Amino acid sequence: MTAAPPTTPDAPDRTAPQAVDRPPAQTNDSPPPQAVDLRALQEQYAVSELLEQLDRDLVGLEPVKRRIREIASFLLVARARANAGISSSPPTLHMAFTGNPGTGKTTVAQRMAGILHRLGYVRKGHLVSVTRDDLVGQYIGHTAPKTKEVLKRAMGGVLFIDEAYYLYRPENEKDYGQEAIEILLQVMENQRDDLTVILAGYPDRMRSFFESNPGFRSRIAHHIEFPDYSDDELMQIADKLAEEAEYRLSSGAREAMREYIARRRRQPNFANARSLRNAFDRARLRQALRLVQWEGAVGVNDLVTLEESDIRSSRVFVEGTTHERRHNS
Amino acid sequence: MRLTQGTFSFLPDLTDEQIRKQVEYALSKDWAIGVEYTDDPHPRNTYWEMWGQPMFDLHDAAGVMQEIQACRLAYPNHYIRINAFDSQRGFETVRLSFIVQRPENEATYRLVRTEAAGRTIRYTLERHRT
Repeated sequence: MTAAPPTTPDAPDRTAPQAVDRPPAQTNDSPPPQAVDLRALQEQYAVSELLEQLDRDLVGLEPVKRRIREIASFLLVARARANAGISSSPPTLHMAFTGNPGTGKTTVAQRMAGILHRLGYVRKGHLVSVTRDDLVGQYIGHTAPKTKEVLKRAMGGVLFIDEAYYLYRPENEKDYGQEAIEILLQVMENQRDDLTVILAGYPDRMRSFFESNPGFRSRIAHHIEFPDYSDDELMQIADKLAEEAEYRLSSGAREAMREYIARRRRQPNFANARSLRNAFDRARLRQALRLVQWEGAVGVNDLVTLEESDIRSSRVFVEGTTHERRHNS
Repeated sequence: MRLTQGTFSFLPDLTDEQIRKQVEYALSKDWAIGVEYTDDPHPRNTYWEMWGQPMFDLHDAAGVMQEIQACRLAYPNHYIRINAFDSQRGFETVRLSFIVQRPENEATYRLVRTEAAGRTIRYTLERHRT
């Protein structure tokens, strides 16, 4: 590495004590660990494989993937530093995922648990996904045991708190959510190597949650924002969904799907990939009904093909047209 | 006298690291872990006091170790043991049980003989001194 020359003079006396308490360091007698092969380390932990899988399996989400790459690299470097005997405090790993519904927060959290496990920052690598109901009790004295129970289950893995802002109810000062928050904060601070906490939720509400709970803000190292999917990305997801379920969209159906996405986006309660998954499931239902009511023989091709009509008969198109008609008139 | 009950009781007391590894083993077998304490370790006293509820669905021993520490803090002069319960059909019983804390002055018992009819002798194990 380029930084090697200035450190060479004091290198011998620095490595001398190191060799005593670290037997592996003795093996490289020639220049002591001046250069670290990060690539080898990366291979050793097989992180790149996971990252590539992430790239392959998840459509879009470029900023998220970039951040995860950054975090993974950072953790790898931290690992290399620790191996080289440079003292550094263990990195804070708690994260916040903000994004609209259906943008893949839970999925990415699952992958994150895998990555942290590979790098050895969590011991077991499982994900415990909870919401307010799992943490906050019904009556006085119920919350603490409940929260601790969940924390114990999450030890050695990742605790994923979905819609974290529900923990904090500013309108009710007697709300038990505050108690859960305090226990959480304490564990996040004191047992950092036992578990990693990921808070997730919709952007605007998360922002006000962090504003009213500065304790959380400062304990979370990585804030990752999940962007909405573009129409093209949603189309790719639709293709992927169909492929995974072994269905095929006819060209008419793909056209209809494209139109569906554009229309659905403008309607309330649009939940990105989740809306699409639901639409796909309903299209499968309609296809099944169509096939059952069909009187002729049904070929294998018919079984796997979603037709235009399966998608066009969605409520979205009906409502869309009445809506437009009203607008035009 | 040293109380010998449960697994490992003829060995020197387990260190925390050894306890952690045993718990880790029990969790790897999907056994539920319970922490129990008592000041009366009479062999016929099967049911000790439960420290919280048995812990199901744990993946890591850290949670159990935390409970053991809390129990030790609350009862520094009690016996504390770990029970690992196997819920699998056919077992449905405690598969592993061992002591993780014993008081400095261990409980002692003495044998009391009672004469009964026809020169029969009945034996009772009685707490000697605390």
